[in-house]
Amino acid sequence: MFSVGIIGVLTRRNAVVVFMCIELMLNSANLTLITFSSFLGDVGGQLFVFFVMAVAAAEAAVGLAIIIAIYRNRLTVNIDEINILKW
Amino acid sequence: MTLEVLLFIIFATICAVSAVLMITRPNPVISALFLVLNFCSLAGLYLTLNAQFIAVAQVIVYAGAIMVFFLFVIMLLNPEKEKKFFEHRTSLRIFIVAIVALVLLQVLYIIFLSNPSEKISTDVARSIQTGTVENIGREMFTNYVLPFEAAGYLLLAAAIGALILAKRKFE
Repeated sequence: MFSVGIIGVLTRRNAVVVFMCIELMLNSANLTLITFSSFLGDVGGQLFVFFVMAVAAAEAAVGLAIIIAIYRNRLTVNIDEINILKW
Repeated sequence: MTLEVLLFIIFATICAVSAVLMITRPNPVISALFLVLNFCSLAGLYLTLNAQFIAVAQVIVYAGAIMVFFLFVIMLLNPEKEKKFFEHRTSLRIFIVAIVALVLLQVLYIIFLSNPSEKISTDVARSIQTGTVENIGREMFTNYVLPFEAAGYLLLAAAIGALILAKRKFE
């Protein structure tokens, strides 16, 4: 799942889809944490997953706000055409 | 084959297939819906791993809140034709495939060649005990109070920041 997420980030051109692929990678990491927490009988992993969820929610909110702002400026969400960080 | 193993196999298959379908669909709405399916089957996987609280939180937070947010933004923006990425870019394709294969190989290497720790317990009763709301809540408000408060402040800052970013008309 993590590899699928990487492929998605590197190949898709729509910024929103790239964000969804990042969520996918976060979730694959969460799955590993849960698995180890379950097999080690340790509650710390599950708490960490909870915090990862909180951070992911914050990241999605800010990221999508940035995407909306860029779309308003440039009328595109294609990441090949967004080059305002280049000079 | 026990019921648990059967459920695990079913959920894992749904998970992998929906992930692949998600990154291959050209329409962002459809790929968002596949991501919802992926999150729901992931919640099922969490349940088979005895993490009940996280499974419920996964469905509510991810499949509910975050994906509604994503769909909302997708429908706010104009769907435009996405160009095919892999046309006439063979070297880039080889590069990407090499990176992904490297990551996957590394993960598989770690999984198969590492010695299983002796700490791994097959004590199912203890494992079930770990994931309950009661246990997680007790741990969260004793040992993990500081990260909890920090997460609260982070969410507040993110909400304010998102509002400001989306509201401002710059340039």
